[in-house]
Amino acid sequence: MTQATSGNAVIEVENLVVGYGDRTVLNGITLSVDSGEIRVIMGGSGSGKTTLLRSLLGLKEIASGSIHLLGKKFHYGYPKHMSEVRRQMGVAFQGGALFGSMTVGENIRLPLREHTRLDENTMRIMTRIKLELVNLAGFEDLMPSELSGGMVKRAALARSIILDPKLLFFDEPSAGLDPVTSAELDELILRVRGATRTTIVVVTHELDSALKIADRITVLGKGEVLMTGTVEEIRNSDDSRIQDMLHRRPREEDQDPEDYLRRLTAKRH
Amino acid sequence: MIKYVERFGDYVLYVLEQIGWMATLLFKSLYAFAKPPYDLFAVVRQIHFIGARSLYVILVAGGFTGMVLALQFYNTLERFGSIDLLGSATALALVRELGPVMAALMVIGRAGSAMCAEIGIMRISEQIDALECMAIDPYRYLIAPKIIAGIISVPLLTSVFNVIGILGGYLVGVLIFGLSEGAYFDSMYAGVEWNDVEMGLYKSLVFGLILTWIATAKGYFLHLDRRGAYGAEGVSRTTTDAVVLSSITVLFGDYLIGALML
Repeated sequence: MTQATSGNAVIEVENLVVGYGDRTVLNGITLSVDSGEIRVIMGGSGSGKTTLLRSLLGLKEIASGSIHLLGKKFHYGYPKHMSEVRRQMGVAFQGGALFGSMTVGENIRLPLREHTRLDENTMRIMTRIKLELVNLAGFEDLMPSELSGGMVKRAALARSIILDPKLLFFDEPSAGLDPVTSAELDELILRVRGATRTTIVVVTHELDSALKIADRITVLGKGEVLMTGTVEEIRNSDDSRIQDMLHRRPREEDQDPEDYLRRLTAKRH
Repeated sequence: MIKYVERFGDYVLYVLEQIGWMATLLFKSLYAFAKPPYDLFAVVRQIHFIGARSLYVILVAGGFTGMVLALQFYNTLERFGSIDLLGSATALALVRELGPVMAALMVIGRAGSAMCAEIGIMRISEQIDALECMAIDPYRYLIAPKIIAGIISVPLLTSVFNVIGILGGYLVGVLIFGLSEGAYFDSMYAGVEWNDVEMGLYKSLVFGLILTWIATAKGYFLHLDRRGAYGAEGVSRTTTDAVVLSSITVLFGDYLIGALML
């Protein structure tokens, strides 16, 4: 599964610190993703993987550190960069985020309509090509409410790749899907990479899916990068937290009795 | 004691913060809309939603308001022996006050709540994030057409409300109480001046802006709500807030514009 990477990073994150109010969620994340790579970001609940994704998408303001996407500085202070980079990236959200007032076809065409001056026929053909790619041929005129969960995710994938992005982000592709549909979606991600050589970042907590599609995996824990490595390297890691994750063992939390009592008796404020 | 002062200060800060977000939304939306390419079709679609689809409610509300006004005025004016003034009294009350206010309240109930809930759900289901990630400006694409459509639709609906209200008054005054048709309309021509119509027009323009602005801003910033807006409960609470706030602002604005223009 491991592939030789070309060596030029399209995503570079350095010392990223992100928080909500006083609470720091990401504490100095540094990572880089090479062009054409499928990088899976894993971690349990509260590990900060969703916050990392939202920071990478420019949806969450960062406290310090830097993010470079496609060689451009990418955060709030640089709206022009953000707009340029965003035209070259696609995002498939966890719930699909399809617009309920539009048909599936209109949803997928929206980026084309907003960013290109193609005529209706060309747009329709391009929409159908992407629908064929995600096995949704013939569903163009249905409303999102008429689709099943897996179909919504595939339609969202089709929308995210309509402009042939250089970067594709995928938030929890397997969440809420049955194992078969989930496996199909994994195949689809591999197929998309095969067809377009897009760099793909997948955020997930599904182990099987991660091991199947990843070139490299970054494991997050409590807002820090525990490890980045190929599937083999992750499997062979002797870090207990990573082994716990691989073998689905519950976390062993070291409990401070005094702290515990203090939490129980603390007044509300 | 200090705790209460702290809480009060905290609340004031929160309100100021909210006003700041709302002002940002308005300016960014209008600025985004003023730049080409102009998406006029989106505005037309919103005019259909806010304006055309509110028409039935406005017709019914306008008719009954005019009828009730005529009923009450007839009763009062009769005591002073001046029922000939019924036409101008009804028309003035409608054109200057009740038309703009009632039409705005009806649109808040019908379209304002719907807009707020729609945008709120788009926020929590990541659809607004999706727009941003597609490099589509949500202010231009989502908010601006609604605000522009509000400014266009509400004055038109107010005019319809006024006309139907005057006809409602005619129904009660002339057809039921037997006042002469000439007296009803003549006193109206004599009593209503351009100033009155102008005041109603300004009011409805401002109300159109206020109600779409508050509804869209409340929905758009749902995720920043201090009490935590999560899922269906968050949307329902925010929609209620939006309806209450925009209704009160309309009533307050009505007084303010009235006081300034008199």
